[in-house]
Amino acid sequence: MADLSKNEEAVAASEAEAVAAIEAPAERGEPILQVRDLKKHFPLTQGILFKRQVGAVKAVDGVSFDLYQGETLGIVGESGCGKSTVAKLLMNLEQATAGEVFYKGQDITKLSGRALKAVRRNIQMVFQDPYTSLNPRMTVGDIIGEPFDIHPEVAPKGDRRRKVQELLDVVGLNPEYINRYPHQFSGGQRQRIGIARGLALNPEIIICDEPVSALDVSVQAQVINLMEKLQDEYNLSYLFIAHDLSIVRHISDRVGVMYLGKMAEIGTDEQIYEHPTHPYTQALLSAVPVPDPEARAHRERIILTGDVPSPANPPSGCSFRTRCWKAQDKCAEEIPLLAIPEPFQGQDTPAAHFSACHFAEEKNVVAAH
Amino acid sequence: MLLEVRDLHVEFHTREGIAKAVNGVDYSVDAGETLAVLGESGSGKSVTAQAVMGILDVPPGKITQGEILFQGQDLLKLKEEDRRKVRGAKMAMIFQDALSSLNPVLSVGDQLGEMFQVHKGMSRKDSKAKAVELMDRVRIPAAKERVGQYPHQFSGGMRQRIMIAMALALEPELIIADEPTTALDVTVQAQVMDLLAELQRELHMGLILITHDLGVVADVADKIAVMYAGRIVERAPVHEIYKAPAHPYTKGLLESIPRLDQKGQELYAIKGLPPNLLNIPPGCAFNPRCPLARDRCRTDVPPLYEVTESPVPRTSACHFWKECLHG
Repeated sequence: MADLSKNEEAVAASEAEAVAAIEAPAERGEPILQVRDLKKHFPLTQGILFKRQVGAVKAVDGVSFDLYQGETLGIVGESGCGKSTVAKLLMNLEQATAGEVFYKGQDITKLSGRALKAVRRNIQMVFQDPYTSLNPRMTVGDIIGEPFDIHPEVAPKGDRRRKVQELLDVVGLNPEYINRYPHQFSGGQRQRIGIARGLALNPEIIICDEPVSALDVSVQAQVINLMEKLQDEYNLSYLFIAHDLSIVRHISDRVGVMYLGKMAEIGTDEQIYEHPTHPYTQALLSAVPVPDPEARAHRERIILTGDVPSPANPPSGCSFRTRCWKAQDKCAEEIPLLAIPEPFQGQDTPAAHFSACHFAEEKNVVAAH
Repeated sequence: MLLEVRDLHVEFHTREGIAKAVNGVDYSVDAGETLAVLGESGSGKSVTAQAVMGILDVPPGKITQGEILFQGQDLLKLKEEDRRKVRGAKMAMIFQDALSSLNPVLSVGDQLGEMFQVHKGMSRKDSKAKAVELMDRVRIPAAKERVGQYPHQFSGGMRQRIMIAMALALEPELIIADEPTTALDVTVQAQVMDLLAELQRELHMGLILITHDLGVVADVADKIAVMYAGRIVERAPVHEIYKAPAHPYTKGLLESIPRLDQKGQELYAIKGLPPNLLNIPPGCAFNPRCPLARDRCRTDVPPLYEVTESPVPRTSACHFWKECLHG
């Protein structure tokens, strides 16, 4: 056990180092958001009167990444991998157990009161379910205008109605619908209302948690196109969380793959989709059903066995080893670092990107169709 | 032919008026064949399946016209009592949401065993042994120990396996799977679809797969029926529809999904919204959203035109299918 915790410390230290050295291509400038070794452990307690902690669900367990102005970082992973908890931590809706989130150099996990409120104006969220994230008893005008009640400096009282109508127009809804209620809109239109609300305060960062997964295919494309258009117009940074790998590739500049609270692999969309080196990413990509029956024959599919382990009791060493076909003794003993794997270090190949695997190997599983 | 649906019409009487959910659907499945019914929400794909299974809510639903021939026998003419014998024993259904389709206060063993007690009159003990056998068959590890557990103790993928086991219990000839993997993660979805396809081959069952996911369809289906506003707009063998869709709606759907193998430019988006079933546009229901629409589309309801004959007939409900297919 002592060994393990030492190992964990070493991991944290070298991971922080590694991430500091990451990416940062000069032309991008300073990242707008820097996440360092972020952790969220939900305590598991026992007893009624005398509660004692018997363990913790490690929902997010040491995640680091950077987000640059005007870029989209996609986060993919299966349910329970902690991607939504990351979103909540960035919004400061959940208190982080450890780690830092720097917004323009300022650690927002330590902020409270007025300072937090000021930062929050610049980080907004669009939620998954357009049916439950809009109050059914408020008109669209009230829903989109509500952020102005909290941040009156953005729009003075007399000007709000006009502002809301402008926002409706921006997201492609008829400005005359301002007095309607959410139930009078379809799913896609409601998601547009959610986006308008997210835009109300002119934020710099929008965190989108599965923004299109509740929508029909033909409507999904409309909303994705709208989000891309808005990004260009307002130079927004998106953190785009989703489980649909095709959509994430379409919209993202860089992609991070999460598994059991940790980042398994992170890189540009081309690096992740065409040159994945982590076995989990490879399995995930190979499992995506491709809309082309011709691809059935010449596509290699990696079918993982079993389910994702419980985050309350993750496997020792590499958390993916219980489902991995490459697992060896080393995987149970040592936690793999998120770093450029040894074989690719110093090389100028797309495979040289951050991947947390002891036996990283490049493998293209996405058949061109 | 194992199952043939002919000119089926279903309406729902609601406070706002009559919603025409299914407006003349024809499709057929043979033993060992997989038919995928593709459509968005409100296209009538699930309602058609419910009518076939005989689990439509009546009222407010009502079958106003049509025939459902199962092994040559019209199910709509059967008495409820006889219908019940068909349901479960000869045709079974797998639902999308396994957690809400399973009874939370009964163990999975009891729920699986119930099939044998009700339909075959087996004893509790025998039916439990059968339940373990079924759980083994859908590859639930440690079936013997887990047979007494409750649905909440299983993961999403395992619960869906239990649903499949339940549908297979009496070795039906037809299985209807309504979005069987929509609620599952991709890696688990692949496991479950593989299992379903394998069991289907083994038992030579007919399978109707209802889904909105063009990817899942491409992986398993033999033929596809695309539905829109309660009608089938295109019917084709799976290879042909992806290569060259003969209906603008199918074409739009295929173009609007992002691809995994390349970044791509702006997505093609079908403009507008699916129609309100209380007020379906006259003529072709797709005309307000269609890039090819002309005056004729706004007045004449297009019949299912024959596109090719062999080997599986291919049809499209578009007046201008030739234009869509070739240009």
